[in-house]
Amino acid sequence: MKFSKFKFDWLILPLIGVIAVLVLWQISSVSWAKDLPTPLKTWQASRPYLVEPFAKRGEMDQGILRFTWYSLVLVAKGYTLALIIGTPVGFLLGLSKPFTKAFDPIIQVLRPVSPLAWFPLGLMLFLSAGKQASELGALFTIAICSMWPTVLNTAVGVRAIPQDYLNVAKVLKLSPAKTLFKVIIPASLPYMFTGFRLSLGIAWLVIVAVEMLIGRPGIGGFLWQEYNSAVYEHIILCILTIGIVGFALDRLMSLVERRFKSA
Amino acid sequence: MPYLELKNVSKGFGSNGSRNDVLRDINLTVEQGEFVAIVGFSGAGKTTLISLIMGLLKPDSGSVRLDGVEITEPGPDRGIVFQNYSLLPWLSVFENIFLAVDQCFPDWNPAKKTEHTEKYIAMVNLTPARNKRPHELSGGMRQRVSVARALAMDPRILLLDEPLSALDALTRSTLQDEISRIWLENKKTVVMITNDPDEGIYLADRIIPLSAGPGATLGPSITVDLPRPRDRKALNHEPRFKEVRRQVIEYLLNSKSKQHAAITRKLILPDIEPEDLNLPWQKRTGRAAIRPGEIKSETIEIP
Repeated sequence: MKFSKFKFDWLILPLIGVIAVLVLWQISSVSWAKDLPTPLKTWQASRPYLVEPFAKRGEMDQGILRFTWYSLVLVAKGYTLALIIGTPVGFLLGLSKPFTKAFDPIIQVLRPVSPLAWFPLGLMLFLSAGKQASELGALFTIAICSMWPTVLNTAVGVRAIPQDYLNVAKVLKLSPAKTLFKVIIPASLPYMFTGFRLSLGIAWLVIVAVEMLIGRPGIGGFLWQEYNSAVYEHIILCILTIGIVGFALDRLMSLVERRFKSA
Repeated sequence: MPYLELKNVSKGFGSNGSRNDVLRDINLTVEQGEFVAIVGFSGAGKTTLISLIMGLLKPDSGSVRLDGVEITEPGPDRGIVFQNYSLLPWLSVFENIFLAVDQCFPDWNPAKKTEHTEKYIAMVNLTPARNKRPHELSGGMRQRVSVARALAMDPRILLLDEPLSALDALTRSTLQDEISRIWLENKKTVVMITNDPDEGIYLADRIIPLSAGPGATLGPSITVDLPRPRDRKALNHEPRFKEVRRQVIEYLLNSKSKQHAAITRKLILPDIEPEDLNLPWQKRTGRAAIRPGEIKSETIEIP
């Protein structure tokens, strides 16, 4: 009884959802959106990319997971940069009132700026790097767009440390460095990881936009190229891949996050 | 000369308009090796009092001295056991205590620090749980860790801030026995804050009631001249125990009834806009003018 209920909730209902979307898609592609490939055609056109996910047939004709891998590598670099910059800034914001007063307004202004707006600035900054310019510009864009959740969550985490823990540090007369490493960082870790997770989500959003602009091999670059060559089936393949990878990354981070929350 | 001395200490919170006197004219002397219990109603300012001795708060007037030296900041020479345990949840029992030991005795070699830590874990009977995290322990066990941590610092004075009031009655009496035993072994100077007169009398050499707030002050000190070790069961029939308890409770209840009855009522005042406001623009006086519209309630005391 319990098992069947479990199956119903976790298998049958999601399947019904998927089927409903497929039906809607099929109806759309035969009625009002004639250019939209049907699910079946999408599957047929995507097959070579899926059955040989790591094949390399040409610069812009590679298996879907190979493209994903290129994108993930770039995201990893930009995201690491975001964490390296964002976490200390978050700590400063959380610990120092003058620092908050000074930099909070500018952060609030920069935070909602779209990656598409940052990218030209990134390219311009690294213009002198020549061939590397587009990659460095991309890293800059990923880092600056994805660091805000880390910055803000770390700041909130530091401010939310219970007074009890700080009293312990005071009573033991811990040095500022020891207070930071023994009390403040462990106490704000759960918040920090929430920030890390949100940042990773944004980094993954940004990569697609950036790759479209630089036309570099990767999931976003492939998407844009297939649009230009009017292979619309592959656009859908890319969208689904981006979605699934994004979802997997988020799950992965929330597993890590939960580990720290229970501690 | 007394070991710990509080002289004419007053402390209040809030500023100017809504000032709230918590403690008024506190005078307290504690001799070395003495166990003093302070009993009062909840909200009377007991935690404020212990924070003053701890150095987490500074008195508005008067002085707090330990061994003749004015207390200005917290330090490991005063071990404290907080009501809410205040253990670091990401550290195990051993690590929580070791952090304190490491901080208080930086010159010791690691083996000696470990040995010292183990000794205090054993003292509170927690050796089997030494690698557990606080959230895996019961309230009573957590409080024992907290006691062990405070004692492992080898403080000159031990402050207990309602250490047992978050625990159930049975655990409470077990821990009372344990504190009594540990105190007999160590003979530390102890100031304990509690809201339970029986607990104070059972454990302490002297018990002092703290009158009901606001503006709480200490009542007469009552010596508990009962022989140690005390037997919890026999104590209930001891005439001296009953007498001390009567005095303490009588003082506490009297202080509460003497308190003026007060009526607080909400005020809705018209927010009048003056036609011409020729007041000089006051900057940096640290006190903003209060508009009538900001006064939301008024308290009238009835003598």
